[in-house]
Amino acid sequence: MSSNKKYWKSVEELNENSSIVEALRNNEFVEEIPTNEFLSDAETLSTSSTTRRDFLKYVGFSTAAATLAACEGPVHKSIPYVLQPEQIIPGVADYYATSVFDGFDFAQLLVKTREGRPIKIDNNTMPGAKFAANARIHASVLSLYDSLRLKQPKIGGKNATWVDVDAKIKKSLADAKAAGKQTVLLTGTLASPSTEKLISEFLAKNPNAKHVIYDAVSDSEALDAFETVYGERALVDYDFSKAALIVSVGADFLGDWQGGSYDAGYAQGRIPKSGKMSRHFQLEANMTLSGAAADKRIPMTVASQKQALVKIYNVITGSSVGTSKIDNEDAVIKAAQQLKAAGSKGVLVSGIQDVNAQLLVLAINQALASEAFSTAGTRQIRKGSNQKVAQFLNDMKAGNVHTLIMSGVNPVYTLPNGAEFAAALKKVALSVAFSLKEDETASVTTIAAAAPHYLESWNDVSIVKGAYGITQPTIRPLFDTMQFQDALMSWNGTSGTFYDYLKANASGIIAGSSWNKVLHDGIYIGAASASSGNASGFAAAAATALAGSKSAGMELVLYTKTGLGDGQQANNPWLQEFPDPITRVSWDNYATVSRVDAEKLGLENHNVADGGLNGSYATLTVNGKTLENVPVIIQPGQALGTIGLALGYGKKAALKEEMQVGVNAYTFYNNFNNVQTVSVKKAAGEHEFACVQSQKTLMGRGDIIKETTLDIFNKEEAEVWNEVPKVSLDHKEVPATTVDLWASFDRSTGHHFNMSIDLNACTGCGACVIACHAENNVPVVGKSEVRRSRDMHWLRIDRYYSSEDTFAHDNEKKESFKGLFGDKGSLGGFGQMEEAADNPQVAFQPVMCQHCNHAPCETVCPVAATSHSRQGQNHMAYNRCVGTRYCANNCPYKVRRFNWFLYNGNAEFDYHMNDDLGRMVLNPDVNVRSRGVMEKCSLCIQMTQATILNAKREGREVRTDEFQTACSAACSSGAIVFGDVNNKSDKVAALAEDERMYHLLEHVGTKPNVFYHVKVRNT
Amino acid sequence: MKKVGNHHSISRICVFSLAILLTFSLTSIAQNPAPAPASTTAPAADAAAPAAGGDAAKGKELFNTNCAACHKLDAKSTGPALRGVASRRDKAWLYKWIHNSSELIKSGDATAVKLFAENNNAVMTAFPQLSEADIDNILAYTSEPKAEPAKVLPAAGASAGAESNGEGVSNNLILFALAVVMLMLVVMLVLVNRVLTKIAKANGVEVSTKEASMPIWKAFARNQFLVLVASIFLLLASGYYVYGYLMQIGVDQDYEPIQPIHYSHRIHAGSNGIDCKYCHSAARVSKNAGIPSLNICMNCHKNISEVSDTTATPDHSKAFYDGEIKKLYAAVGWDQSTQKYTGKTQPVKWVRIHNLPDYVYFNHSQHVTVAGVECQTCHGPVQTYEVMKQFAPLTMGWCINCHRETDVKMEGNEYYTKIHEELSKKYGVDKLTAAQMGGLECGKCHY
Repeated sequence: MSSNKKYWKSVEELNENSSIVEALRNNEFVEEIPTNEFLSDAETLSTSSTTRRDFLKYVGFSTAAATLAACEGPVHKSIPYVLQPEQIIPGVADYYATSVFDGFDFAQLLVKTREGRPIKIDNNTMPGAKFAANARIHASVLSLYDSLRLKQPKIGGKNATWVDVDAKIKKSLADAKAAGKQTVLLTGTLASPSTEKLISEFLAKNPNAKHVIYDAVSDSEALDAFETVYGERALVDYDFSKAALIVSVGADFLGDWQGGSYDAGYAQGRIPKSGKMSRHFQLEANMTLSGAAADKRIPMTVASQKQALVKIYNVITGSSVGTSKIDNEDAVIKAAQQLKAAGSKGVLVSGIQDVNAQLLVLAINQALASEAFSTAGTRQIRKGSNQKVAQFLNDMKAGNVHTLIMSGVNPVYTLPNGAEFAAALKKVALSVAFSLKEDETASVTTIAAAAPHYLESWNDVSIVKGAYGITQPTIRPLFDTMQFQDALMSWNGTSGTFYDYLKANASGIIAGSSWNKVLHDGIYIGAASASSGNASGFAAAAATALAGSKSAGMELVLYTKTGLGDGQQANNPWLQEFPDPITRVSWDNYATVSRVDAEKLGLENHNVADGGLNGSYATLTVNGKTLENVPVIIQPGQALGTIGLALGYGKKAALKEEMQVGVNAYTFYNNFNNVQTVSVKKAAGEHEFACVQSQKTLMGRGDIIKETTLDIFNKEEAEVWNEVPKVSLDHKEVPATTVDLWASFDRSTGHHFNMSIDLNACTGCGACVIACHAENNVPVVGKSEVRRSRDMHWLRIDRYYSSEDTFAHDNEKKESFKGLFGDKGSLGGFGQMEEAADNPQVAFQPVMCQHCNHAPCETVCPVAATSHSRQGQNHMAYNRCVGTRYCANNCPYKVRRFNWFLYNGNAEFDYHMNDDLGRMVLNPDVNVRSRGVMEKCSLCIQMTQATILNAKREGREVRTDEFQTACSAACSSGAIVFGDVNNKSDKVAALAEDERMYHLLEHVGTKPNVFYHVKVRNT
Repeated sequence: MKKVGNHHSISRICVFSLAILLTFSLTSIAQNPAPAPASTTAPAADAAAPAAGGDAAKGKELFNTNCAACHKLDAKSTGPALRGVASRRDKAWLYKWIHNSSELIKSGDATAVKLFAENNNAVMTAFPQLSEADIDNILAYTSEPKAEPAKVLPAAGASAGAESNGEGVSNNLILFALAVVMLMLVVMLVLVNRVLTKIAKANGVEVSTKEASMPIWKAFARNQFLVLVASIFLLLASGYYVYGYLMQIGVDQDYEPIQPIHYSHRIHAGSNGIDCKYCHSAARVSKNAGIPSLNICMNCHKNISEVSDTTATPDHSKAFYDGEIKKLYAAVGWDQSTQKYTGKTQPVKWVRIHNLPDYVYFNHSQHVTVAGVECQTCHGPVQTYEVMKQFAPLTMGWCINCHRETDVKMEGNEYYTKIHEELSKKYGVDKLTAAQMGGLECGKCHY
C-alpha cells in the first residue's frame, strides 16, 4: 500500500515547472561545479589519455612493483684492480711521510691512506720531527676532498686546457719583457728550497720580473728586527722546554704567533718534575690559549704592553728609559725581576707588531743569554715584507705591472682594500692565480689555474734552517691540476717534471743520506749554524721610540682563531664546527669585549629559552671603514679598552652557503698591523651563536678540575691537594673509591686500557678533537643543530673560568656559604659564581667517554646495546641501539651523542658526508652511524684491535706504548697518554700510580678508565 | 530387473584401461634409456708426416716436463705451436736449436734469427741435457696427428641434457598421472553412487536417510575447550612460521649469483689444487680476502689459453670454458695473437657474494693467519663448486657458536703466552675458546 503523500524537499518543488527541480534530479548540485578551474591545468587534463582508472592502475602497479623489489637484496659489485700495485692491499693502510707548509701552517706528517686515498693525518714520530700537526693540518685531509675545488684551469671564467694556459702565459711573459714592463710573482712564503731555486732561475730569465712575498697574516716587524740585527730574514725558533721562566708580551705562542707549534716544548717544562716546573707570565689584550695556560696573566692594551716591554728592558739591562705609567705596573716589574733572576733560564717573547718592540725582545734575550733563544735553526716560514708588498701594490695601481702571477695567495680577500686590488687587476695585462679554489682572487684574474692540494703534489719544505722535508703525493691528482712549480719549469724552458727537478736539487741538500731514505723518513736534519749579531746597539733607541708611542682610544686586536687560522680552509666543515677553545663558539667569528666595556657600550650576552647563546650586534669602524652587525661575545680576561676580532671569516667565494659565516676582519688589517684604533657602537638585533658550553665557571666544584699551586704540591702530602672524596657508609665517612654497588671483575689479565690526561700539559689546542673527527667518522651537524646542543664531538675540551681571581678562591667562597640569604648566603652567592671574573684563571679539560668500569649507562640500556669489555672499553653496538637515550641521560659526564638525524647522504646536512668526494675521507674501519642511534668515544677500539691483531700476526707481545688512540697520537704536548695498565712498562701504567692522578667525579663511583692529573700552577 | 545404466560400466572399463595405459606409457617413456653416448669420430689424419723412429709416449712425458711451459701443440704461446715442427725444420737444425738456441742465433743462422724475432725476442732455455734420442721422442709426439676433440653429436648432447634432468621431469609426469587417476576415481565414485541411487529409486528401495545431525564445525564451535586448544595451537604454529620467516630475512645462504666471467673454483682449487691464498693472498694480512686482480690470473693464463679436453663437463663444454678465458683476455687487454698487452683494460665487475652489513667488522687475517682456520670452514667445499656460492649463513649466531666452540690456536704465538698462562689458571682449563678470550664481546666486532 502506497501513500500518496508527497514530501517536498524544497520550496522550489511548489513550482511544478521549476528547472531547478529538474536539474537536481540529474545532478547533485544546481550549478555546475567549476572543476576545471580548481584543477587548474584543464587543458592537459582534457588532452591526457590517462584516465582516473589508468592512474589508479599505475599507482597500484608501481606500489606492487616496489614491494616486490624490496623483497630482493641489493646486488653489490666488487671490482678488483686489473693490475694491482704491489704496495696496495685492499684493507691494509699505507703510510707516507710528508711535510706540509701551506703559507700559514706547517707540520711533519704521516699520512694514512686506504685503498689509495688519504684518510687521516698523523704526526711523524721520527726523531728530529718536532713540528706536529695542529687542528687545521689534521683537518686538511678533508680540504683535499672539497667538492668546490677548482677542477680545471679557466681562462676568463671559461674552462680551458693547460696548453692554452701555458701558451697564453708564455706570450704575456715575452710581451712584458719586450715592453720593458714588470712581471710579478706574488706568492706566500715558500720555505721550499727547490721552488725558490726555480723562482731565482725565472728571475734570471726575466730581468723585468720581481718576486714579492706576501704573508696574509704578517710577521714583517719581527722579521725586520731580526734582519737588522742578524742580517738574515727569519724568525727565532724558541725552545720553551729549556725555559724556567717565560714572559710573553702579547705573543700567543700556543696559538699562531710566528707560526705556533710551540706546544710540545712548552708542555715539557710545564709538567712538575722533581718539584720544578716553568713559570709563565702573559701580558696580553685578548684572552688567548697562552694566556689561559699562564700562571699569571696580566690583561693590558697593546699600548700598555709597549710600555711594559720597555719597563722590562729597563729592569733586565739596568737602563732607565722613561716610560709612562700603566695599570698593573707592580706585576710587570715583578715579572721582570723574576726574569732577570732566571737569567739564561728565562725567555721573553713578544707579539707586538713594531720593529722597535721586536728589537727589544732580541736585546732582552741576548742580555739574559737565554737558552731558549737560539739563532741556529731559525724558522723560514715567514718572509713577507710589508714595505715590499706596499710597493708592489702601488706599482700595480700605477699600471706598471704587465703580468701578475700569483700562487697560494688570495689578496682580494686578505688585503684590507681587496676591492681596490681587484680594480687594479684590470690594469694588469695578464693575471694568473694558482689556487685550490676559485676564490675571490681567482675569480677576477684572467687565468684561474687549478693547483693541486699538498697531498697530491711534490715539494720540499725547510721549516727551520737545517731541517729538510719532502712533500710527497699520497693520491693521484683528483682533478686536472698543475703545480705552480711545473708551470714555472715550463716558462723557464726547463725540461722534465718538477719531481725530477726536486730529486736533483735535493741531492745537493741531503748530504750523507739518500733520496729514498729522506722520502721514507719524511725529514732530514742537517747542520745549521747560529747567526751572530748584537741587538744592544739598536736597543736604546728602540726603547726610547717604543716608550714614546701613544695609545689612541679603543684598540681592535686582530687575531687568528684555532679553527680557521688565516681562512684558507673556510670550506672545511670540521674546522667550522670546531668550537673555539676559549669562547667555545663554533661557526662564527665575533668581537670579544670585556665585561666593563660591554656594560659601557650596552652590549649584552644572554642565554635564551632554548639554551642557545645570544649576543648583541655592534658596528665597528676603523679608519672610516665600517663592519656592520659584528656579533659580540663578552670575554672574561679581555683587557679593558680592547676588542678582539678573528681574521679568516666572512669569506664568500667557493664556499658552501652554510660555511659563509662571520665577518671579514681583513678589512681592518690596515698596514698589516693587527692593532687598530676602533670605534664601537651597538647595533640593533641579536645574533644567535652556536656555543657548545653555556656554563662558564666551575661553581667552586674543585673536584672537577683539581688544582693546586707548586708550593703546596711540593710541601704537602697528596691527600691535601688531591683529596679523595668522602662518602658516608654506615654513617662513617670513607673514601668514595672504597665504596661500591657492584662486585668488581678481575681486570688483571689481558689488556686493560687506560687513558691519562695531564691538565698541566693540555693547552687546549684542539688537535685531538679534529683527529677524533677524522678517525671515527664523526658527522658534522651544522650551526643550528650545534646551537641546540646536538653537536656530535666525541671528544670535547671543556673550558672553565674562575669566578673569583683564582679557582682556589672559588672553592673557599663556596665553602664559606652560610644559610640562604645575606652576604654569605648561597642563593645570591651561587648566582655570583655563575659569572666569570674579569681576569679569571682558565683551565681546559678534555672530556670523552670515561669508559667507566661501573658504567651507569650500561645498567639502563633496555636492549644491552652498550656493554663493558674486559679490556676496559665501554662498547657501543650501534646495530643494537634502539635510541631510547636512557644511557645519555644517565651518564654523569654527558659524553654520549645521539644521531637526531641521518647525517650522511642527506641534503639537509650538506657537508662532506653528502657528496661522493667528501665521503672519500671516511675511515672504512669505522661504521657510519645512522639516524636514531647513540654514539660515543670507543677509545678507538678499531685502533687497539688492529694493534693486537698486528702483534698476533707477527707472533709477538704488544710493544711498550704501542697502543694509541687518535687523540693520544695527535696530542703533541703529551697531555693525552694511552696504554695498557696491565703492561707495567707502558707509560700510562706509571701515570695511573702517580700522586696527581684523579678520576672525574670520583664520588659517583663509576671507576672510569680515563683519569686526569691535578693541574699545578706555579704562581 | 530393468536393465539400466549399462553404459556406465563400459565407461568405467574405458576409464580404467585408459588410466592404466597412461600410467604405464608415461613410466615407460620416462624410463626410456637415453641413446647410447655418441661415438667419437675417427680422427682425421694430420698432414704432418710421422717422424721416423721415436717413442711418442716418452716424447709426451718429456714435452710436458720441458716444453709445455712455453709451447703448445696447436696454439702459439710464448713460443710457437709445435705440432708438425719436424716436418717444418731440418732435424739437425732442431738438435742445435734445442741444445742451445742463443748460440745458433749468435752464429747468424737466418732461420734462427727470424724465429727469434718472430717470438718477441724471447730467449728459449737451452736444453743440453736432452739427448738426440730424447728430442726424437719429443718430435715423434709433436708429429702425432691432431686428435679431434671428442665431438659430441648435437642430438646426443641434447638428450644427455634431457637425461641429466630427466629424473625430475619424469617424477613430475608420474605425479601428474597419479593425480589424473585419482581424479577419475573420484568422478567414477560419484557416478556409481548416482547410478545406485537411481536404481534404488527405480526399484522403490527406501534409502535410509540420516537424520540431519549437527554439522561438525558447529559442534566444534560449541566446544570451548577445543576452540581454545585449537587457537593456541594455531597461534603457536603461525608464530613459529612467522619467526622462521623473519629470521631468514637478510640471510643469503646459498646465494649463487651469475658472475660476469664463469670462474670455476672446481677447476682451479679442485682439479688443479691451487691454494686458496695464492689468489686470495690478502686474506693473510688484510681484513678483506680480496678478489684477485687480473694480473694474478695472467700469471697462469698467459700460457693457458684453453682448457684441456678432460676439463669439460656435460654442463659446460670446452668451447664454453675457452670462451670464458677469452673474456679474461678481453678484460685484461691481452692480445693472444701477438702475446702482448694492448693496454685496453676493462675491469671485471664481479657480483659480491658474501655481504656483511657495515656494522660488522670481520678480519680475514685474524682467522686465516692467526687462528689458522681453513677457508673451507666458512666457505664450504669451494673446490667442488662450479659456481661460487655462500656456504655459511653468516648470521651472528653462527659466528658466536664458532667462537664458543673453537679453541684458540696459541702454540708458537708469543702474543698468547702470558695471557694463556693467566687465563688457563683463572678458568682451570688447558685450552681456551675464543669466547673465553673475550671473543663474544659486542665491541670486538661492532664498531
